[in-house]
Amino acid sequence: MLKGIGVISWEFLTEMPKDGMTSGGIFPAIVGTLLLVLGSMLVAFPIGIMSGICMSEYVKDGFIKRFVTVMTNNLAGIPSIVFGLFGMEFFVNELKWGDSIIAGSFTLGLLAIPIVIRITEESLKSVSKTFREASMALGATKLQTTYKVVLPIAMPNIVTGLILSLSRVSGETAPILFTVAAYFLPKLPNSIFDQVMALPYHLYVISTSGTNIEASRHMAYGTALVLIIIVLMFNLLANWLRKYLSRKVKMN
Amino acid sequence: MEKQFKDKESIEDVMQMQEPSKQNRTVKIESRNMELYYGEFHALKGINIAIKTNSVAALIGPSGCGKSTFLRSLNRMNDLIDGVKISGQVLIDGKDIYNSKALRIEELRKKVGMVFQKPNPFPKSIFENVAYGLRVNGISHKSFIEERVERSLKQAALWDEVKDKLKKSAFELSGGQQQRLCIARALAIEPSVLLMDEPASALDPISTAKIEELIYELKSDYTIVIVTHNMQQAGRVSDMTAFFYLGELVEYDSTKKIFTNPEDLRTQNYITGRFG
Repeated sequence: MLKGIGVISWEFLTEMPKDGMTSGGIFPAIVGTLLLVLGSMLVAFPIGIMSGICMSEYVKDGFIKRFVTVMTNNLAGIPSIVFGLFGMEFFVNELKWGDSIIAGSFTLGLLAIPIVIRITEESLKSVSKTFREASMALGATKLQTTYKVVLPIAMPNIVTGLILSLSRVSGETAPILFTVAAYFLPKLPNSIFDQVMALPYHLYVISTSGTNIEASRHMAYGTALVLIIIVLMFNLLANWLRKYLSRKVKMN
Repeated sequence: MEKQFKDKESIEDVMQMQEPSKQNRTVKIESRNMELYYGEFHALKGINIAIKTNSVAALIGPSGCGKSTFLRSLNRMNDLIDGVKISGQVLIDGKDIYNSKALRIEELRKKVGMVFQKPNPFPKSIFENVAYGLRVNGISHKSFIEERVERSLKQAALWDEVKDKLKKSAFELSGGQQQRLCIARALAIEPSVLLMDEPASALDPISTAKIEELIYELKSDYTIVIVTHNMQQAGRVSDMTAFFYLGELVEYDSTKKIFTNPEDLRTQNYITGRFG
């Protein structure tokens, strides 16, 4: 970390990489990572949250629920490189999206979906049954109960979990390796079918197979620190949102 | 068994005539040969009971005797539990609540309000707690809601204590106040029956006294069914008392009769504290 601090400067954060990535900045990689996080969010949240609600509130206990739960847990445990290979085969080749932001987003999104499902399901389950009963006893339908009572109570936990899942996604290297990441691309993307650089992969490249590993060593330290700071910021944001939302949910 | 059919004439009266003038004598809630199973467990065995309009019926009995289960079957709360099977009939205002196509479950629950054992206000403001039942039933007229919230809080004898902090969280109230808030919440949608599942068991004696006083006042407008473990409480608040034991309705008679001269030996033993 100490070695990284010296490297970070305004130029480092905002400039394109130069001289075979031994100097200049990491701006395109930062942008790429943020775009991928945003993209995977759009893919994973709607599907994951709705599946979680469905699993917790609607599916009755039984074979199907157990089966889906086991499968979700399995998916969450699969090494990320497998998702990367699947993404390459399906999104890049089969759907002919090529190495692109959209392919990478879907791959990272798939990786996040089981986590999002688990988080949503667990948060909803931890909402006391007495609130559901109180709502139903007042003539509310199940949908109204879920939407007006259970979800708001579970929201602080869900949001925290979602942001933590994002911080995991932002640090993944393997899934983007074959689906989106560019080795060296000193420009910003124009469309979702463009390739981008991304921080974790950039770090991997300049510390193992760069043009001049020794010369780009300080760049690697800087990149690592930026990545750590981004993840840290996600976690702090999660913490703050949780506090904010739990205050709000009691009041309103 | 004869005892439970004491009101048989009046039951038939209801079936034939529904004149408002007769309302004080009519039967509000009735169950006929009702059986309830939790999976394999036979929780209620052939329950026959008739509860009159605008009266308070207390359900007593040892833990696990089925009194809460019976109470929860009156607004179909047991439907939320997997593996519950019910047969026989439960009639409210002469309509079979389990088989009638005319009565949607949400409408039933609107008509039959419920107050739970532990105060369970929503994590919303005091105002929104009371307004919730109106909102989910599709009412959005602002002044109407305000009016109804105020009236319900007054009915629940809570208005004076909370009128200056309606926007505050319901969790800032004391336990007794929260329970009265839950009663106000149930009253806001104008039910005609109020089910109370040990409403005072989690409260201190002063709050309990307030709830009991409230039950006494509400009696003139509502039919109240209350489950209680506290026999003095049953004696104080109810007109009729039903003693449940091991899933059976052992005896149902006027509270005075049950507490002074019960017919069944089991009732006598329970009342005198020999078991339970």
